[in-house]
This record gives sequence, C-alpha cells and structure tokens, in this order.
Amino acid sequence: MEPILAIAVGLLYAAAIYMMLRRSIVKLVIGLMLLSNAANLLIFTSAGVTRGAPPLIAEGASLPDGIVADPLPQALILTAIVIAFGVLAFAVVLIHRAYAILHTDNLDQMKDTDT
Amino acid sequence: MSLEVALPIVIPLLTGALCVLFWRSNIMQRILSVVGSTALLAVSIWLLASVYDQGHVVMHMGNWMAPFGITLVADMLSAIMILLTGMMALAIAIYSLASASTTHEKFGYYPLMHLLLAGVAGSFLTGDIFNLYVWFEVMLIASFALLVLGGERAQMEGAVKYVTLNLLSSAIFLSAVGLLYGVVGTLNMADIAVKLGEVENTGLVDVIAAMFLVAFGIKAAAFPLFFWLPASYHTGPVAVSALFAGLLTKVGVYALFRVFTLIFNNAPEFTHELLLWIAAGTMLTGVLGAAAQFEFRRILSFHIVSQIGYMLLGLALYTPLALIGGVFYIMHHIIVKTNLFLISGIAHRLLGTYDLKKLGGLYKSRPVLSLLFLIPALSLAGIPPLSGFFAKFIVIRAGIEAEAWVVTGIALLVGLLTLYSMIKIWAEAFWKKLPDSTDGASLERGRTSGSLMLMYAPVVALAACTLLIGLNGQPIYDMAEFSARQLMDPSQYINAVLGGRP
Repeated sequence: MEPILAIAVGLLYAAAIYMMLRRSIVKLVIGLMLLSNAANLLIFTSAGVTRGAPPLIAEGASLPDGIVADPLPQALILTAIVIAFGVLAFAVVLIHRAYAILHTDNLDQMKDTDT
Repeated sequence: MSLEVALPIVIPLLTGALCVLFWRSNIMQRILSVVGSTALLAVSIWLLASVYDQGHVVMHMGNWMAPFGITLVADMLSAIMILLTGMMALAIAIYSLASASTTHEKFGYYPLMHLLLAGVAGSFLTGDIFNLYVWFEVMLIASFALLVLGGERAQMEGAVKYVTLNLLSSAIFLSAVGLLYGVVGTLNMADIAVKLGEVENTGLVDVIAAMFLVAFGIKAAAFPLFFWLPASYHTGPVAVSALFAGLLTKVGVYALFRVFTLIFNNAPEFTHELLLWIAAGTMLTGVLGAAAQFEFRRILSFHIVSQIGYMLLGLALYTPLALIGGVFYIMHHIIVKTNLFLISGIAHRLLGTYDLKKLGGLYKSRPVLSLLFLIPALSLAGIPPLSGFFAKFIVIRAGIEAEAWVVTGIALLVGLLTLYSMIKIWAEAFWKKLPDSTDGASLERGRTSGSLMLMYAPVVALAACTLLIGLNGQPIYDMAEFSARQLMDPSQYINAVLGGRP
C-alpha cells in the first residue's frame, strides 16, 4: 500500500507546483489546494499504514491488543484539512476580489508592488 | 497551575471575541482594544518575572502530561518575545485610535488585530510542533484579512503574493511535521529532541531539518525567500504595516531559534553552516534592495529583510555570545522597526504621501518629530550609544571570535549601507525643502491636533525604550544572556517539560 500512496503523494506535489507556476491566479489557487492535500496524504503515509486494526482497547484492558493503527496522524490530518479549508476559502475570495479590482487574472500583470 | 503561560493567548482571544460582540460600536471596540493590550502587557511582565524565578514555566493543557497532551512552555526567549508582543500591542492599539479609518474599524480591524496577537503569542509559547503549525495559521489568516482591509489595488497585488508564499511555507512546514512524526512518532518538541538523538537514519533527519529551514525561512523573510515581504508590507494600513514589521517575521525567526537549538542541534556543520550563508545573503540583498528604493515604507521593508540576517547570524554562529547577540538584536529590532513605521505614518498624515521625492521640510516645521525619527533610524544603523550599536557589537564580536571573517565583514558593510539608507530618508523627507508640488497646508498649521498626539505617544515611548536599552543595556544584556544559556543547554528545556512524566 505504501508505495502506491508514496507515488500518489509525489504526483500531487508535482501537479501542485506545476499549477502554481502557471500565470493564472485561478490555477494558482488550484495548486495551493493540491499542495495542502499532498501534505495531508504525506502525513498519512509517513506515519505508517496499518490495515484492519482499529485502535480500540478491549473492555477491562488498559492497552490495545497487538499492533493497531495510529489514530494521531488522522487527527492531525483532520485539523489540517479544516485549516486548509478556511485558508483556501479566503484565497478564493481574495482572487475574486483581486480580479474585480485589477481586471486581470494574469500574475505577470501584477507587478506594481514589486521592486 | 501556571496561569501566566496561558493568559497571553487567552487575553487577546477574549478581547477579539468581545470586540466582535460590540461589532456596531466603534467606541467600545477601541476601549476594549486598549484595555486588552494593556492587560496583555501586564501579563507578559508577570510571565517574565516568573521565568526569572523558575527558568522554565510549563503548563500541560487539560492536565494531559507531556508528551501526550499539548504543552505550553515559556523559557526566557519566549518570555522576552511575549513581552515585546505586549509592548507592540499597546503601542499599535493607541496609535490605531488615531490612524485607523472608520471603514477599517467597521470591517473588523480590532478583532482581527487581537486574533493576530493571539496567534503570535501562541506561536511563542507552544511546546508542540503541530500546535505551532496551528498557531501559525491563526496568525496568517488574521494577517491576510488585515492586509487587504480597504481593498485598494496595491493591497490586492501584494496580498496575492503574501498569501501564496505563506501558504506554500505552511504546506512545507506541514510536510516536514508529517515526515518528522514518521521518524520519531511524537509531536512534543522536548520529546522529539530526546528521540531524534537515537535515530540512525541521519540523512532523513537532515532533509527534515532543511524543510524546516525553508518553511521558517519563508516566514522570516530570509534570503532567497524574502520577495513576498517588500512586495506586500508597504501596501496595508500603516498601523498594520508596523505590527507586521515588528512581530510577524520575528515569529519565523523565533521558530528558527527554537527548532535549531532544541531539535536539530546534532549536525551544526550542516544546518548551521547553511544558516550562516543564508544570513549573509539576507543581510546583503536586503540592504542593497533598500538602497534602490525611494518610498518611505519600501525602504523600511527592505531593511526588515537585512536586519533578519543579523538575527540569523547570531543563531548560525551557535556560540553562547552569538546567541546573546541574536536575542539582543531581536529585542532591539522589534522596537526600532515598529517605531520607524509609526513615524512614516505620521509623515503620511502630515503630507499625504510616502514618496520621498514628494516629502520634505519636516525638520523645519516639526523638529520634535525629526528628533524622534533620528533616534530609531540611527539605532537601526548602529550608531552608539543607541540600542542598535550594542546589538550589532555583540553579533560582530561573536563573529570575530568564531573567526567567520567573510560574514563578519558583510555584517559591518551592511551596517554602513543601513546608515546610507537612513540618511537618505533624513535628507529627503526631513532636511530638504518641501517640494512645490506637495500640499503642505496641514504642515503649516502649527498646533498639533489631539489625534496626532495619540500617534506621537507610542512613538515617544518606543524611542525612549531605544534610548534606555542603549544607555542602560546591562539588564537587557542579562536577559539575553539568561536566554542564551537556556538555548545552549536544551536539556533544561527537556527536563522542564518531561520532568512531570508519571
């Protein structure tokens, strides 16, 4: 399972960077979305994938029986998804406003504040 | 229970929430903002006092012991940063009373400002690497909204770059946290530091260290990742620029100090050597960029970049004296840089422009303001007896002792070029005759209005701090030394956090 996930992570990063290097601000935001998903999947993969062993402790015991899946990465991903959702919602509104004010979606034409 | 560690986060959050509650009443929001900032400053002094007593103040949230729960830890570095946050919060809150326009206030200026402060304080205090990510995001989302308040053309352009690069940095940070968790299986920074010493695959650890370096390097605006800063910082409302200039990049610097003294301290010949060259590049490119600019706030923005280099130099040399220099530099820099931005705001209020070509004649009509500008400006350039002289002196002396000749030479050269930039502002905005094209009507009115007094008050207070650090540097030096001792010996931090383990 891990090799497939690892390749998927790599492809997501590559696609994200490709999209971010395009000139359109819409594609820039799509790139950011892919990037945050790539990071989430990376956490999931690098923490180790355990199949069919939910981290449940039997009644009366204080430790789980045998090797179980680690619930912490999933909690991290959940947090990261929520944060990414909020931040990307802002980014979408921002590009919409930027388009309304600047009348362009081309990053090459947004150089007024550069040096 | 050490309440003082949690309060610097709780107070701004609460203030922000109360401000939202009084959404329709600007006056209530103003009062709450000043009261909240004053409370933050008071608590930060309390925190500093208890850190002096105990060394490390630790609080396990929800009584879940480390490494299982989220821990809040304050060592001397955190306490100093929180104190500076409190000082800047109060200065900006008072300044905002006069500088923030009613439209900004209507669209949530004060709640966002306090949310930002909560994010900054959280980043300084947390002892958990993933929690650090969360606080970074709290800080970022508030800063995004503050930066675009007003929705002008330049703000939109600046914000697109600011948002993109900061989100990129967050994604790299998150990936690094994921990989680190895969290697050590813990998120508590003290626990990571312990477990990382036992890891055999040091190649992967170096990669993770480099990822942290890139992620925090973007936040701190270090070379070659600083381009978002001069493109965006000068676009927002001036009080927001000042707050960002003082605190936001320093959160990145703090994170670098924390991570590269506590966690990645095993291979300094790789990580700290890299940092050394990053520091040199940051100093040089920042100051050269400033030399080419002719806009008040853009020059100052580029100088943030160059000054970040000095702080990183302190970290990179990684000797006790260098760390003292780094911490001292942070203290000096936050005060001075915020003050310079506030002064640019007063000049803007008087003459309606930030363009140096259109400014002029300020010395003739406002000699006090000119003096107030000279104090932080010369301090930034490192003229004795102001705070910047001692900050630079310690860092450069550490560089000479470590025999890092090239970098030390660059640091000295950059000091000279900084002086050039500051003198340029002085000559153009203050000394030169007012150009005929600029409307100097508000300058002619001799009397200073009440709202202008509110803008002067924080400037005077911060200039006094600069003078005080310069003339009576010993207590500040002691604080920096205390902090450097803790940073050089991470076992204290680890014991303080994990000592309570059952």
